[in-house]
Amino acid sequence: MSVEAREARQPWILLAPAISAVTLLLLVPLIFIVVYSFWLRTATGADQVGFYLDNWQEALTDRFYRDILFSTLRIAAITTVVCALMGYPAAYFIARSRGNKVILLLLLMLPFWISYIIRTMSWINILGVSGALNTLLMSVGIIGEPINMLYNETTVILGLVHFLLPFMVLNVFVSLDGIDTNLEDAANSLGATKWQSFIQVTLPLSLPGLAAGGLLCFVLGAGTYITPLVLGGPRDAMFANLVFEAIITQLNWPLGSALSLMLLVVLGALVMIYNRYLGMAQLMKGLG
Amino acid sequence: MRWGWHLIRLWSLLVYGFMFLPVAVVVLLSFNASQFGSFPMTGFSFRWFVELWNNDAIMRAFRTSIVLGLLTAVISTTLGVLASLALVRYKVPGANAISTLLIAPILVPEVVLAVALLLFLNFLGLHKSFTLLLFGHVIFTLPFVILVVQARLVSIRRDVEEAAMSLGASPVQTFFQITLPLMLPAVLAGALFAFTISFDDITGTLFWKPGGVETVPTQIFAMLRNSISPEINALGTVMIVMTVGLPLIGAAIARQLARKSGT
Repeated sequence: MSVEAREARQPWILLAPAISAVTLLLLVPLIFIVVYSFWLRTATGADQVGFYLDNWQEALTDRFYRDILFSTLRIAAITTVVCALMGYPAAYFIARSRGNKVILLLLLMLPFWISYIIRTMSWINILGVSGALNTLLMSVGIIGEPINMLYNETTVILGLVHFLLPFMVLNVFVSLDGIDTNLEDAANSLGATKWQSFIQVTLPLSLPGLAAGGLLCFVLGAGTYITPLVLGGPRDAMFANLVFEAIITQLNWPLGSALSLMLLVVLGALVMIYNRYLGMAQLMKGLG
Repeated sequence: MRWGWHLIRLWSLLVYGFMFLPVAVVVLLSFNASQFGSFPMTGFSFRWFVELWNNDAIMRAFRTSIVLGLLTAVISTTLGVLASLALVRYKVPGANAISTLLIAPILVPEVVLAVALLLFLNFLGLHKSFTLLLFGHVIFTLPFVILVVQARLVSIRRDVEEAAMSLGASPVQTFFQITLPLMLPAVLAGALFAFTISFDDITGTLFWKPGGVETVPTQIFAMLRNSISPEINALGTVMIVMTVGLPLIGAAIARQLARKSGT
C-alpha cells in the first residue's frame, strides 16, 4: 500500500470505534423504535409484530397526551425566559467585571457540577413544611402555621431554572466576552448613551449566545421527568413522565416508542430551526 | 449610569445566592443533630455521616456508581480521544457531518436515547443489566469527551511531533513519547468529565438499571419517596464534596502536568 493510501486510511481507523458506537447505540436504536412504534402490545406475552397505527392514533389524538405536551412546552418556555432574565445580567456582570472573570464564571458553574438530584431535592429543604423558609417565617411571626409551598408547577419551574441557569450564563458569557469593547466605546464617543450603545450594539451582538443558551434550556427542560417527580404534584407530569410511565410502569413499549418519537420530533424540530439560522458552532462553543 | 452597573452587580449577587443557597442548606442540615432531616437545627453532629457509612444499601450504590463511572470514563475517553485525534489531525472528508454524528447523543433528548437503547438492546437479547447501563453511559458521555478533548487538542503544536519524526522516531514512538504526554491534560479532563457525568446521571440510569441495582442518584431518588431523611443530606454533602472536589483536583493536576511539559 502506498504511503498516501495509508495516510488516508489512518483517520478512519481512529474514527471507527466512536462512529460504530454512535451508530449501533444511537442511530440504529432510533430507527428500531420507529419500527417498534407500529407494533402492538398484547395483554400477554410478546408484542405483536406488524404495522398497526393504534399507538400513533392514541398518541396523536388523545387529549390527555396533547394537553401534557402543551403544558410541557409552556413550562419549558417559562423556564427559558426566567433563565434568560436571571442569567443575562449575571453573564454581563462577569464579562464586564474588572475582577477575575474566570473565577467568577467558575463559581457560577460550580453548581453545574453538583449532582442534579441533590440540587433538585435541596429545594425541599428550603420550601418544605419544615423547611428553611417556613421556619424563618414562623420564627419571625409572619405566619402561625407552615404553608405548603411545594409540589406544584411553580416549584417544578424553580427546580428547572436552578438546574439550567448555568447553561444560559455560560453561553451568554461566551458571546459577550467575544465582543470587541471598542465597538461600545465607538458608539459612546459618537454620542450614544451607555444604555443606547448596549441596546443597539452589545445586545444584538450577544443574541447568538442568548439563542444558544435558550435552546439548551428549552430542550433540556422539556425533556426532563425527574424534576416533576421530585418537586411536582401528581398533576404536574411532563411529557417525559408519560414516556417513563409507558415504558417502565405499564411496560407498553410500542406506545412508549411512539411517545418518545413525538418528543424527539417536537424538540428535534427546534434544534433544526436553530441549526438552519444560527448553526451548531455557537452551541459547541458554549459546551466545550 | 453608575447606578445601572450597581444594579447589575446586585442582581448578579442575588443570582449567585439563588444558585448556592439550596446547596448550602443541604450541607448545613447534614450536620444537624436532630433526628429529622429538617429545621430547626438542634446541634452539630457527624452522626448522619456515620449512619451513611453503616448503611449497606448506600455503600453498595456508591461502589456501583464508582465502578460504572470508572469503566465509562476509560471506554468513553479511549473512543473520544481516538476520534478527536482523527478530526483535529487529519483532513477527513465530511468532517462536519462526522462531528455532528458524534455529538448526536447530546442533541437527542436523553429520555429518547434511553428508550431507544433499552428497547433495541432488549430486542437483541441484552436485557436490563450492568452492561446495558455501561453502554448507555458510554454513548451519553462520548460527545462531552470529544468536545473537551478536541478543544484542548487544537492547541498542541504539530511541529514538535514533526521534529521527533525528523530525528528518526517512528510514528508509534512519536505518539507515546511526544503526543500522548502533551495530550495528557486533555485526556484526563475528558476522563474526569465522563466520570462526573456518569456518576451524576439519573435520567437514563432509571431506564437501564436492572431491578435491585442502584447507583447513588437512583438510591437518593428511591429514598426521597418516603421523606427527606438526614442521611440524604449527608449523602448530598458527600456528593457535593466529590463532584466539586474531583474536578478541582483534576484541574490542579492538569495544570501541574502542563507546567512540567512546558506548554
